[in-house]
Formats: sequence, C-alpha cells, structure tokens
Amino acid sequence: MNSRLMPITRKEFIQIFRDTRTLIMILVIPIMQLFLLGYSATNDVRNIPLAVLDRSRSPESRSLLDSYRAADYFRIAYSVDSEAEIEDLISKGNARAAVIIPPDYARKLNEGGAQVAFILDGSDPTSASTALSAAQLISQAHSTELLTERFSRTGSNLRVKPPVEVRTTVWYNPDLISAHFMIPGVIGMILYAIAAILTASSVVRERERGTIEQLIVTPIRPWELIVGKLMPYVILGFFNTIEVLAVGHWWFGMPIRGDLGLIIILSIVFLITGLGIGLFASTIANTQQEAMLTVWMTLLPSIFLSGFFFPLEAMPAFLRALSYLMPLRYYLVIIRSLLLKGVSLDMIQTDVIAMTLFAVGIMTAAALRFRKRLD
Amino acid sequence: MTDYLVQATNLKKYFKTVKAVDGVSLHVKPGEIYGLVGSDGAGKTTTMRLLVGALKPSAGEITVCGFDVAKQVEQVRSQIGYLSQRFSMYEDLSVLENIRFFAEVRGLSQTEWLPRSMEILEFVGLADFKDRRAGQLSGGMKQKLGLASALVTRPRLLLLDEPTTGVDPVTRQDFWQLVIKLVSTPLHLPQNSENLGGVARSAEGGRVSVIISTPYMDEASRCHRVGFMKNGKIIAEDTPSVLRSQLNGRILELRGSPLNLLRHAAHKDSDVEDVQAFGDRLHIRVSEGKSQAVLKKLKKEIVSAGGQVDELRVVPPALEDVFIALSEH
Repeated sequence: MNSRLMPITRKEFIQIFRDTRTLIMILVIPIMQLFLLGYSATNDVRNIPLAVLDRSRSPESRSLLDSYRAADYFRIAYSVDSEAEIEDLISKGNARAAVIIPPDYARKLNEGGAQVAFILDGSDPTSASTALSAAQLISQAHSTELLTERFSRTGSNLRVKPPVEVRTTVWYNPDLISAHFMIPGVIGMILYAIAAILTASSVVRERERGTIEQLIVTPIRPWELIVGKLMPYVILGFFNTIEVLAVGHWWFGMPIRGDLGLIIILSIVFLITGLGIGLFASTIANTQQEAMLTVWMTLLPSIFLSGFFFPLEAMPAFLRALSYLMPLRYYLVIIRSLLLKGVSLDMIQTDVIAMTLFAVGIMTAAALRFRKRLD
Repeated sequence: MTDYLVQATNLKKYFKTVKAVDGVSLHVKPGEIYGLVGSDGAGKTTTMRLLVGALKPSAGEITVCGFDVAKQVEQVRSQIGYLSQRFSMYEDLSVLENIRFFAEVRGLSQTEWLPRSMEILEFVGLADFKDRRAGQLSGGMKQKLGLASALVTRPRLLLLDEPTTGVDPVTRQDFWQLVIKLVSTPLHLPQNSENLGGVARSAEGGRVSVIISTPYMDEASRCHRVGFMKNGKIIAEDTPSVLRSQLNGRILELRGSPLNLLRHAAHKDSDVEDVQAFGDRLHIRVSEGKSQAVLKKLKKEIVSAGGQVDELRVVPPALEDVFIALSEH
C-alpha cells in the first residue's frame, strides 16, 4: 500500500470525527429525510406507458382500447403478442401497466360478463394508484357506453349488469406503499448530496485555511491527495447506504429483493459520481459556502429530473431529454429495480453502463481540473 | 561538483501582465542564512514559491540539493522544509498529529516519526503542548509548530516566508535563536544519503541552509547574506556589513527640537538626499563626500531659524538606511 495514502486518510478521518456537528449531520440527515419522504408526497400522473396484449383482435376489443387511448392517463406504448413480453417490458420499466384482452372477449361481451386483465407496476405507487383508478374509471365508462348502446338497440332489458369487469394485479409493490418507492430515492439523493458536499468542502477547506500551501510542497502526488481525501467519504457513504437500507427495510418494511452485493457495488459506483461532482465543485469554489452552493445547483435539477419525486413520463419532452444527463436518474432506476423488482444485472444493464460512464467521466474531469489548479 | 545548495538562474514569473519575478538569480551555500528583503509586492513570496516548485517559472532554472526543481520536484520536496506566510497547519489537529501527518507524507516510517517528532518538538519548545489543538496555540507557538513540521524530516534547506510577520518581539527573538541554532549545528545525514549527489558529501554538506524573507531590517541584519528585492529583481545582494559600508560617512544623525523645523531645514539643503525619522532623531543621508559641509551648514541654519541642535554627527549606516536609499533608485 502506498505510504502516503494512509496518513492522508487518517488525517481526514480525525478531522471528520472532530467536527461533531458535521458528523451528526452525516448520520442523522439521511434518516430524517427518509422519514420525511417516506411519509409524504403523492401526486397525479398522466401518460403512463401501457402495453397491450389484444388476443381478441375484434372490433369490440379495439373499441375498448380506443377508450383507453381517449383518456390521457395512458399512452399505448406497446402492442405485444405474449405475456412474456409484458413481463419483460414491465421489468425493464418501459411499460408501467398492461392490458390483456382474452381471445373470447367479443363472444363473452355479447353473452355478458367479459373479463379483461389489467397488470400494474406498483413499484411507483404514485403512478400505479392513479393508473389503477384510471383503469377502473375507463372500464366503467366503457361498460356504460356499451350498455347504453345495447339499450338503444333492444330497448328492453332493464336488468343491468356491467358487461366488462377489470381484474387488476399490482406487481412489485402490491400495497402501493409510497415509502417503498421513496427509500431507494433517498439512498440515491443521500449518496449524491453527502458525497458531493463533504468532498467539496473538505477540499475547499484546505484552500480556505491555507493548509494547501503546505500540502503542495510535500511530495504528495495529486492523485494520492484525491484518493486519500476521498476514501473516508466513500466509507461514510457506504455506511449511509447501509443505514438507509436497514431503516427502510426494518421500519418501512421495504423489500430487498435483489442481490445485496450488487446493490452495494452499484451504489459505490454511483457514490463516485457524487465525489466527482464535489471535487469538481471544489475547483470552482474558493470558499466552503461557494462549494456548498455549487453542489446545490447540481443537486436540485438532479432531484427533479431524475424521477425522484415526479415520474419522468409526466414531464415535457424537453425535460425528459435533460433527464438523461442526470446520473441520479440511472441510479434510481437501478436501485428501485434491484430493491423492489429483484431484477438481475442484465435487466438494468443499459442504466448500469450509463451510470458507470458518468461516474468515470465526471471523476476524470474533476481530477484533471483539480490537478491543474494545484499547479 | 557544486558548492551551492540552491542555484537559481534568471528566474522569471509573469502573471498575465504583472512581472512578479523578473530575472532573479540566487545562490545559497550550505549553512548559510540568506535573507530576501523588500517591500510588499517586491516578489519575495513568488520567488520562494518558485524555489519550492509550488509555482512553475515562466523562465529560468532552479537546482535545489542537486535536483532540478522542474523535473525532480518530488526529490526536491523531500529535501526541503517550507513555512508559508500564512499559518498552514490543521487547526483541528493536535500539535503532534500535525507533525505526524507532515512527517509521514514526507516519507518518515511508522517507527521513525514519533521519536523524530518528539525531538523536534523539544527543539522548538512545544513538547509540553503536543496534545493541544493547533488552533488553540498562540501566534508564536503556531509559528514554532510550522517550523517544527518543516523540520521534522531533517530538510537540508529551510524556506521561511515572512515567518515573524505579526509576531511579538520576544517570540521573534526566540524564533531567530532557533534558526541560528539550526544552521550552526551539523545535521544528521538523512538515511538515503547516497542519492543526494555530490552536495551531501562535501565538507559543509551536513548543514542546513535557510532562505528567509522578511520586511524587518533587524532580521535582515542577522542573515549571512541579504538580497534586496524590488519590482521582481534583486537589486543588491551582499553581506549586511558590505551593504552598510556602501553608505559609510553619508548618514548624519540629528537630535534637537522642534522636529518639524529640523526636518524642514535638512530638506532645504541641496546636498541632502533624504531625511528619515528614527524615533526622536533624524537620519539624514547626504551626497557622496558632502557630510562635513552639511554638518557645518545645517547647524547654523537650524540655530538661525530658532531651533535647537542637541547632537549632529556622522553615524555608521543602518541596513534600513541602505534599503531606503536602494528603494529610491
């Protein structure tokens, strides 16, 4: 092991543990936010991507789908041929809900008592609950429409029975508990914010207090300084992840369905993004306040454009395009899929690759800038 | 084989339009205390920072302990101790933790740092305060901690950038005693003496050199050699006594009253170049070979204007007189 890394990391740890106020903040804020967000925030959703499996392929089934199309809750994003495809689309998060119309739909409809299956991705309860009630509403309206039509044709039968009945199944988060959706988000936000803010202020503090002057004239190489200084924050970030996961799991009953090792490894990859942002901010800022503000400026768009609170589907196309620039977006998809859906790595590989590229890119840019500022 | 520990030739450092250092050449022998003096903004700090490789020169070459600062900065840094103008220890670490940190990042091993740190804390007189946070030390103790951390790896060259600015006179005195003690005691050779090149094996190789910048003339006069900086250049360089001798016979000291009248009378004399107040007396610098003439004229002038002359005589020049004279050119 490099002989200069240990002293730097040790020094950094002493400083962290001596700054009691910051230390308490690091440990308490994640839990506070978890409780705050776990118990709050629900909102209305539109344009939920819907997958449709129409086995009936009849005028009747098309008429039902038209009524889905007419309501702006849903957007028929996929027309598929098998249930396996539905599973795949929902697992990957491409579709949030699916409608399956059985082959005998038209016949049953004429006999009275046709059934339609409605499948819902419940890992985002906000959109799921809206989708659920929307689906029920649309079906009821459609049934009424059909009844009215039939009345006008026959003009007789007064014993009304709704011809269509929607049977819903909620996947992944069957009770639609907001907390289960929020906790993974909190993990992402904490990793990002804590890592970025702490890194930025710890580097800027060296400049602010003049200690960088001494560091520069030691034989420490820039990369040693970066790695040595960031190490404690990686460890703290790791600890925060475990902390939030534990409280989320045992207090809020959030499931951990995916592989815990994978969750931790990918969380550390994401943590590097936060550290990189912090390091980058430290090369822009001259004071700790400036560093804090710089980080906040990146934090807010990250939170709002990553699907943390508001589903990306609900956003205008421009903002949705911007969201691809937010590393947090990818991490949220990853951590939610891993925790709630228990998917395997290949299901989320696009997001994993995107997130890793961001981590490497941001960290490299920051390290280069940091080096340049030292000279 | 060179006898110099520090060799800098034609150093230049430009910041955009400002020529902070503009052609400085510097040679420092082992065991020498070299003083860089000059007013604020003369380029002292920039020169220091160039010497330690914290800044890249716009032009020029520097060799420290036989290593090229541009190419072998790491080797150079393991040979030097640098104390910047600003206190640059960690205020939230204790005295010993600070020393340990800087000892370890500069290559002292697990077993070496503690005895060495205690030795150096003993040397600067901070051993009793080793567990105190650096932020809670007095100004003078902070400077000593800085010195201790610069010395802990037994550097062969110590660069002190205005170490006594803002420090009380007693502490300044203490600090200088330490510096003098340091250069007068032979240094234990570092463990890796075989990589040091020729310098280490030369006769005086075991002695520490010090480059110190200071705005104080009393400190400058303690240095073995002084370089006077102005506008990024060293405009005069020699031992304090040689520098002083340049003005031999040209400084008159005048004591009397009222001071205003004395000053006015002196200024009127065409052979007088400059008048400076030194407490209750004036130092009058006269043109070359004119001191006797001025002595006679001035006394008469003052008396006839109604003033009183208690004493008027030729005095040995102080370093301050020399620097004031140099600053004007």
